[in-house]
Amino acid sequence: MSRKNLIGLLPIAAVLLIPLLTQNPYLLHMFILSLMWIVLGQSWNLLGGYTGQISYGHAAFFGVGAYTAGIMVKSGLSASTAWWGLLLGGLMAALVAAAIGWICFRLRGSYFSLSVLALSEVLRIVAVNWNRLTNGAEGILLIPAFNTKTYYYYIAFGLAAVNLGVIRWVMHTKPGYYFLAIREDQDCAESLGIDTTKFKLLSLLISAFFTGAAGAFYMNYMGFIDPGIVFSLPDISIMVILVTMLGGAATKWGPAVGAVIFILVSEIFRVWVGSGHLLFFGVLIIAIIIYFPNGIVGTLADRRARRRRARGAEAVA
Amino acid sequence: MSPQVAGQLELLGQVLISGVLLGGLYALIGLGMSLIMGVMKIINLAHGELMMVAMYITFWAFTLAKIDPYASLLIVFPLMFLLGVGVQKFLLSPVMEADTVLPQGQVLLTVGLGLVLSNLALLLFTANYRSVPVSYASKTIYWDLKLGGQTISLSFSYPFLIAFCIAGVLGASLFIFLAKTDTGRMIRATAQDKRAAALMGINTKRITYITFGIGAALVGAAGALLDPVYYLYPQIGGQFTSKAFVITILGGLGDIPGAVLGGLVLGLAESLGSVYISLGYKDAFGFIIFVLVLIFMPRGLLGRGRA
Repeated sequence: MSRKNLIGLLPIAAVLLIPLLTQNPYLLHMFILSLMWIVLGQSWNLLGGYTGQISYGHAAFFGVGAYTAGIMVKSGLSASTAWWGLLLGGLMAALVAAAIGWICFRLRGSYFSLSVLALSEVLRIVAVNWNRLTNGAEGILLIPAFNTKTYYYYIAFGLAAVNLGVIRWVMHTKPGYYFLAIREDQDCAESLGIDTTKFKLLSLLISAFFTGAAGAFYMNYMGFIDPGIVFSLPDISIMVILVTMLGGAATKWGPAVGAVIFILVSEIFRVWVGSGHLLFFGVLIIAIIIYFPNGIVGTLADRRARRRRARGAEAVA
Repeated sequence: MSPQVAGQLELLGQVLISGVLLGGLYALIGLGMSLIMGVMKIINLAHGELMMVAMYITFWAFTLAKIDPYASLLIVFPLMFLLGVGVQKFLLSPVMEADTVLPQGQVLLTVGLGLVLSNLALLLFTANYRSVPVSYASKTIYWDLKLGGQTISLSFSYPFLIAFCIAGVLGASLFIFLAKTDTGRMIRATAQDKRAAALMGINTKRITYITFGIGAALVGAAGALLDPVYYLYPQIGGQFTSKAFVITILGGLGDIPGAVLGGLVLGLAESLGSVYISLGYKDAFGFIIFVLVLIFMPRGLLGRGRA
């Protein structure tokens, strides 16, 4: 492993040590939520940022994952401590994603985005109305399995790390290059013999799997879900896009940066102004889109590259 | 005809009437969205939030100055026009030129704008549900039909009827404006081919400002018309944003007459679905029709929109 990679591991090691430094439940809660949003952002980024398929409906996968975990525990099929609840939540979300992908990948661009949004809203309405399965609008209440947040911190950290690892790995294999090719020019990719529908679906399945696992984690950690929370269009589907765009779509660390800033900004203003705190996050998003069109990480990288090019040109001259 | 059949007919007639009346308002919401989509080629995901702003303007005009919601259209229309022009000029236009990995900047900017507007309303006006208690809110007009020896009595909600008529007038004015005036022609030219329009000497930037202004004013009018029959709260915009793009896709992207049809279809689908299938699933019908239309008729019901 090169020295550069080792230096990259330092912040990860620091994050790993956080629960040893503080046991403050409020702080840990913020870190746990940040980690969960990192998973959501990274997963959306695989499909949206790298494969160029903008989904406005990722709440569908989050919600399905959360409900799978909740229903499992409620029906006595699994204990809330069972780690495979996360796995099953993810698998169920991937299954739903396969159906959604089968329908929506017939469409392109904004049409794809909006059709995913529509189907995710349909799922939300089903979750509200299918009382026998989901307990309707009342939601599902669980007793969380662990009474200290440290466990949840490490579960969330593990999920985020595996998520990052898998995405890095995929992006360095052939399918990863296909994803980028599809984003840049789908027709061109198709004419070079890439089965674009198959690889878009692959990207969607991986993305939905981790989003669903994050949903299952949310259920087990928060102990309460209802359709309005986990299938929320503004609070999940749209927020995950904003979080990713804030940090930088199609960048390695963009979603993580975006997630941390999102939690930080909304928390500071929630304490400060109470209701309506997302106002400031909205203003931040508008400013970022105008001044940092590729997100914080993306635009900074662009600027660095441009400076380097300019210096190169000087040296030649 | 037996009384049972007459009763069924009465119900059906009533459902159709309320569907069409609601559809008229939906059409007005869809018109603004379709116009913006046609010219700027973006989905305005703050459309419902703009409507929410107009609803609050109407609410405060009524509460503070006792201005009738329909009269307040005269305030709402120009104010919303200015707001729309400002949004396009200072927020959306600057983003248009940026070079990005994903061509979604403007759409996400409208999302950010929606977030700002709804949270600003939450901050200023609290999350309380409010309504505009006009004296004629529950007034209805009855229409008795003699059919095969039975009387079928149909009722028309007075505020809905007025709203439908005003929406019709506004819609017709928009058609005349687009068809007959120079500005209208410039808008249509820009929607058809922006570069060619610019080459013909049209200031396309100015046209985008005007278009967004008109779009905002139209949805604002819909908000003012909806006030007497609906309640308002800061987060009301989201559901209408989704309705707006369902309507627009049903009609075909950027197809103005299509948007009217889309509004009526959505109104009827919701009203028929909630009575004959299930009230809880009412909102799902629009989305299901939406996905079906997207897949099988991607150019809209009239087949004339952009695919």
